[in-house]
Amino acid sequence: MKAIILVLVLAVVFSSCQNSAKKSAGEKISLTAAGATFPQPYYNLVFKNYSEANKDIDITYGGIGSGGGIRSLTDKVVDFGATDAFLDDKAMAEMPAPIVHIPTCLGAVVIAYNLPGVDELKLSNVLLEKIFLGEITQWNDAQIAANNAGVKLPDTKIMFVHRSDGSGTTQIFSDYMTKISKNWADKVGVGKSLNWPVGMGAKGNPGVVGTVSQTEGAIGYVGSEYAFAQKIQMAKIQNSNGEYVLPTMTSVSAAAKGNIPADTRIMLTNSSDPESYPISGFTWIILYKEQAYNGRSLAQAEATVKLLDWLVSADAQAQAPNVNYAPLTDDAAAKAKAILRTITFEGKTILN
Amino acid sequence: MNSDKITKIVLFSVSFIILIVAGGMVFSLVGGAIPAFKTFGLGFITSTQWDPTDGHEVYGAMPFIAGTLITSFAALIISFPLSFATSLFLGEYYRNTFVAKILGTMVDLLAGIPSIVYGLWGFYVLRPFLIDIGFENQGFGVFTASLVLAIMIIPYATSLSNEIISMVPNDLKEAAYSLGATRYEVIMHVTVPAARSGIFAGYILAFGRALGETMAVTMLIGNSIKMPNGLFSTGNSMASVIANQFGEADGLKLSALISIGLLLFVITGIVNWIGKLIIKKMS
Repeated sequence: MKAIILVLVLAVVFSSCQNSAKKSAGEKISLTAAGATFPQPYYNLVFKNYSEANKDIDITYGGIGSGGGIRSLTDKVVDFGATDAFLDDKAMAEMPAPIVHIPTCLGAVVIAYNLPGVDELKLSNVLLEKIFLGEITQWNDAQIAANNAGVKLPDTKIMFVHRSDGSGTTQIFSDYMTKISKNWADKVGVGKSLNWPVGMGAKGNPGVVGTVSQTEGAIGYVGSEYAFAQKIQMAKIQNSNGEYVLPTMTSVSAAAKGNIPADTRIMLTNSSDPESYPISGFTWIILYKEQAYNGRSLAQAEATVKLLDWLVSADAQAQAPNVNYAPLTDDAAAKAKAILRTITFEGKTILN
Repeated sequence: MNSDKITKIVLFSVSFIILIVAGGMVFSLVGGAIPAFKTFGLGFITSTQWDPTDGHEVYGAMPFIAGTLITSFAALIISFPLSFATSLFLGEYYRNTFVAKILGTMVDLLAGIPSIVYGLWGFYVLRPFLIDIGFENQGFGVFTASLVLAIMIIPYATSLSNEIISMVPNDLKEAAYSLGATRYEVIMHVTVPAARSGIFAGYILAFGRALGETMAVTMLIGNSIKMPNGLFSTGNSMASVIANQFGEADGLKLSALISIGLLLFVITGIVNWIGKLIIKKMS
C-alpha cells in the first residue's frame, strides 16, 4: 500500500516538474531583480511598459536597498541586482564571478530648506561644510548673508535633518562633502550611514522632506526623484566651476558629460562640466558577465540582456523624466551598450 | 487512546512549539551578536561611540540603552497620574455606571490604535503644538517621544489596575466605612493597598510595552546617535535604531544591531523578573 502511494506521489511530482519546465522554455520567462530603492519608481514604470510590449516576459523588481541587491546577486537568487554605489575593486573581487555595471539613469541629491520668504538660497562649498559640521548655527550668520546679497535671512536656528536609515542618498551626499571639504573628510567621511556631528535623523526621503517642510529653519538633503515630485525649496549649489546651479533634469544629466570610464564605475559628484549640478550620480544595474549559472537557460539570459539593452536605449530613457530621473547622456548610454555586448552565455556573446 | 490523553499530547506539543520559537530567537540573537561582542568586548554595552564609516567602524550601545530607558521611565512617570486616576474612576468611584463603560471602552480603544498612527499624530499635531506654545524650539526629542509613549501605555496600566481595584472585596471596604473612614481614606488605606500588587503588575506591563515601542518613537525622538543630555535633547532608542538601520547593514554593523536586539531582550527580561519579585513581595 505504502509503495503504491509513494509511486503515485513521485509520478505526480515528476509530471508537474516537466510541465513547469516546458512552460518556462516555451511560454513565459520571468525575470527577478532586486536592489536600490532610489531608482525603483523608474524601474517599475519601464519594466511594466516592457512587459506590456513583450507579453512573454514577466519582470519583478524588489526595492530592498543597494546592499540587499548586491547580496541577492552574490547569492545568485536574482537575474540582476541594482545599486546606487558601484562596487569597488575589492568588492568586485569578492563576488563569486566577474560582474558588470550598467548605468541606467541619473539622480541627484538636493539640499532642501524651509525658510519662508527666502526663494533663492546660494550655498557655497564653504557654507555647506560649516553648516553640516555645525560651525554655523544661525540662518542670519554673516557668512551666509555675505553669499546671499539682497536676501533677508531670518534669525532662526539652523536645524539639519539627515537620514536615520542607511541610504545611497547619504553615500552620494557624503561623497560630495568629502570631495569639497577636508574637514568633512577627516571628521565624518563617506558612507551609507555616518557618525553625524550635528542634526537629527528622519527615516527615508519622505521622512526628511516631512520634517523639513514642518520645521522652520530646517535644512536637509533629499534624493532628487522625491524632491522634484514634492516641489520643495531647493538651494543652489556651487559646482567646481564656481557657478551656482539649481538641480534640474538638465543640470543633473550634465554631470555625466565629463570623462566616463569604459566600465562606467565613477562617482559623478563635483563634475567638471560648467552646467552640472555637483551632487549627482549614476545608478547601476549589476549582473554576471557569464550568464550561464545556476542552471539558467539561454532564453533567460537573452531576455535579461535584451531588457537591459532596451533600458539604456533612447526609448526607455525618454520615460525617465516622467518619474523625475535624469536620462543618461549619449556617451554613457553608448558605453552601457558596449558593456552589454561583452556579456556571454557559455562563452558566446549574447548580443551582437 | 482516550480523549484525555489526546488533549494532553496536543496541549503539550503546542506549548512546546512556543518554547522552541522563543529558544530559537535567543539562539539566533546570541549567534548574530557574537562578532560584535568579540570585537568590542563587554565595552560594547557601555561605549557611547557609534561610527559606521568604513575603516574606523566603532559601535557602542549606550546611547540607545539610555534613550530607551529614559523615554520609557519618563513615559511611565507622565502616564502614572493619568492612568491611576482613570483606573480609580473606573474601578471605584463610577464602577458599573454608563460613564465608566464608555470611558473604559475608550481606554481599551487606545490600545488598539496602531503605533504608526500615534507617530503621525505626534509628528503633525503634538510637535507643532509644543513649538507653538514655546515649550520646545524644534519639537523633536526625548520629551516629545515620552509624551506620546505615555499616552500609548495608558491602556495597559489602566485596564489591569481597574480590573484589580474593582476586585477588592466589598467586605473590606464596608468594614472601613463602618469604622468611620471617608471615601478617600478607604481608597488610600484599603483599596489601593489591597490591590497594589495588581496595580504594580499593570505598570510593569506598561513599562515593557514602552521599552519595545518602535515606530512612534522613531518618528519623534530625532534619531541622533548621541547620549541624550536632558529631556529636551534629541536621542535614539534601541528598537528605533534597529528599525532604521538594519536595511543597509552588513558585517559588523549588522552584528552590532543584533546585539542591541539581544540587549533589549535581556533588559525586558530583567524588568519582568524584578517586577515579578516585587509583586511576590507585595502580595
